[in-house]
Amino acid sequence: MRRALNRRSESTATLEPVESVALTPWDRVKLARHQSRPHSLDYINVLFTGFIELHGDRLFGDDPAIVGGLARFGDRTIVVIGHQKGGDTRENIRRNFGMVRPEGYRKAERLMRHAEKFGIPVVTFIDTPGAEPGIGSEERGQGTAIAESLLTMAGLKTPIVAVIIGEGGSGGALAIGMADRMLMLENAVYAVASPEACAAILWKDAGKAPQAAETMRITAEDLLSFGIVDEVIPELVPAHENTHGTISAVGDAVQRALDELMEVVDQPSGLDRLMEQRYERFRRIGVWSEALPVAAE
Amino acid sequence: MRSILQRGDKFQPLPTDDDRLDQQIPGDLWKKCPKCSELIYTRELENNLRVCPKCGNHFRLRARERIEQLVDPGSFVEWDAEVRPADPLEFSDPSGAYSDKLQATQRKSGEYEALITGFGTVDGRSIVVAVSDFDFLGASMGSVFGEKLTRAMERCAEAGTPLMSVNASGGARMHEGLFSLMQMAKTVAAFARLGEARVPHISLLADPCYGGVTASYATIADVIIAEPGTLVGFAGPRVIEQITKQKLPDGFQTAEFLLEHGMIDFIVERGDLKRTVAELLDHYARVHQVDRGESIPWQPNLARSNGVAPKAAKPGKKS
Repeated sequence: MRRALNRRSESTATLEPVESVALTPWDRVKLARHQSRPHSLDYINVLFTGFIELHGDRLFGDDPAIVGGLARFGDRTIVVIGHQKGGDTRENIRRNFGMVRPEGYRKAERLMRHAEKFGIPVVTFIDTPGAEPGIGSEERGQGTAIAESLLTMAGLKTPIVAVIIGEGGSGGALAIGMADRMLMLENAVYAVASPEACAAILWKDAGKAPQAAETMRITAEDLLSFGIVDEVIPELVPAHENTHGTISAVGDAVQRALDELMEVVDQPSGLDRLMEQRYERFRRIGVWSEALPVAAE
Repeated sequence: MRSILQRGDKFQPLPTDDDRLDQQIPGDLWKKCPKCSELIYTRELENNLRVCPKCGNHFRLRARERIEQLVDPGSFVEWDAEVRPADPLEFSDPSGAYSDKLQATQRKSGEYEALITGFGTVDGRSIVVAVSDFDFLGASMGSVFGEKLTRAMERCAEAGTPLMSVNASGGARMHEGLFSLMQMAKTVAAFARLGEARVPHISLLADPCYGGVTASYATIADVIIAEPGTLVGFAGPRVIEQITKQKLPDGFQTAEFLLEHGMIDFIVERGDLKRTVAELLDHYARVHQVDRGESIPWQPNLARSNGVAPKAAKPGKKS
């Protein structure tokens, strides 16, 4: 399995499934970040037809670290939004390594409102190291932009499906991930901070990231067991070695999730129920103790 | 008539070996202003709301100091003091296990968690306050923080009582992993419901406010205010400097910087805060009947805390 980390491109010769137990969380971090792993546009171009990219936040600029637009998925029109990393260094620099600036979140928010206006479901692909830390980003309200995107998603009267396809980097990932269904690829990771940042702060040594990754419980399996993620999409072979198989498995899972959600929406007062379910979905997340039982239920 | 909002726990102070006690022992009559180095008579500092009388530097406040300054004497009733942190990841780092760190922090700070919520009055006007305590693990937002704030927002929405949050925080609590991150979504969703009920939320950004709190409920409030010199940002200045290799501009991420860039409504001196909040509440009370004074289905927990820090918070998953 380890050698999969070092191989760069898809090899069709040997795609033998490997036992996933052999992978450490840090292995998965490396797989999730692998440059040849399919990125949002790879999914969009294969799964959807007639993709028309829509640009800009109508306020400041267009952030290439987020792509989005209208597309056709089966017989449905959807609005798709995704973090976009580059497949090579040049592209990565143009895409800011998938690190989003405030204008990117504001573009995403605008597209979500667009979806709501026309009753179109939203599909998002999550793959980012995190929101960009930078002077300009702070000046333009990085925190506010993320918070506003979350607020929009909290009340968006149309179904939202999010798929964590690679790196789920903290608030920058959640900003387009507050969905009715959260799907996650087996080798994707989703963390409150990067293992390097966590190690730098708590271990006082960024080099201890592999230990931090272990302790932080960031794998799809962990997050499924916590009830944070709804479904893990298996990767019998790491995504970068089995691009088409992975993309089509993601497509099937998104299809199922959308079918379920549309079934809710199509019923009388379905949108109210969808809103109620989305609220409860996040309302219940958390672990605490209550020293004394609450008097009444 | 006592509103149902006013029922709840009276604050039971925890036994503490907090260094703040040391500040009160004879011999520590003077405090040095970290900004202008002025030596200030401690009592004078307290009387001046912990603002340096010479340079106007606003000292950081503990959560209970803030509540004491903000609400009318004797009016505060604490909520959900029995909601206490657990250790869902069984997290540990070289400095020890999270559960041990929690206990030590609880003893040192005299608080069970980083957020204190409850009901009070501001010059007679009803208000619910949610105040973070930076001395408790940097007021990082974990499960308890999110749950207490969500409960407070839900009760505000039902009762029509305005909410004021006071937000100093280092961000999400890493020790609780993705449970912490999801509190951003949870609190924002609760704030959306508060908005549907047309109940105002006033957010005071307090020094320092970063990360997940800046990127969730604190920066989408109906009115966002900050005290002079407060530092607010998404990413910390050291992280930005390291990554961009750029020198940060003077005054970067201060309240004044935020005001200039259109991110907050105004800056208020601590001495004017209570009056300002009262005036804001009056505006909303005139246009919309907030604090309808109706009883709400929420059943307050009248059980008292036993005044002893818990041995080990037992993970009890709520679902």
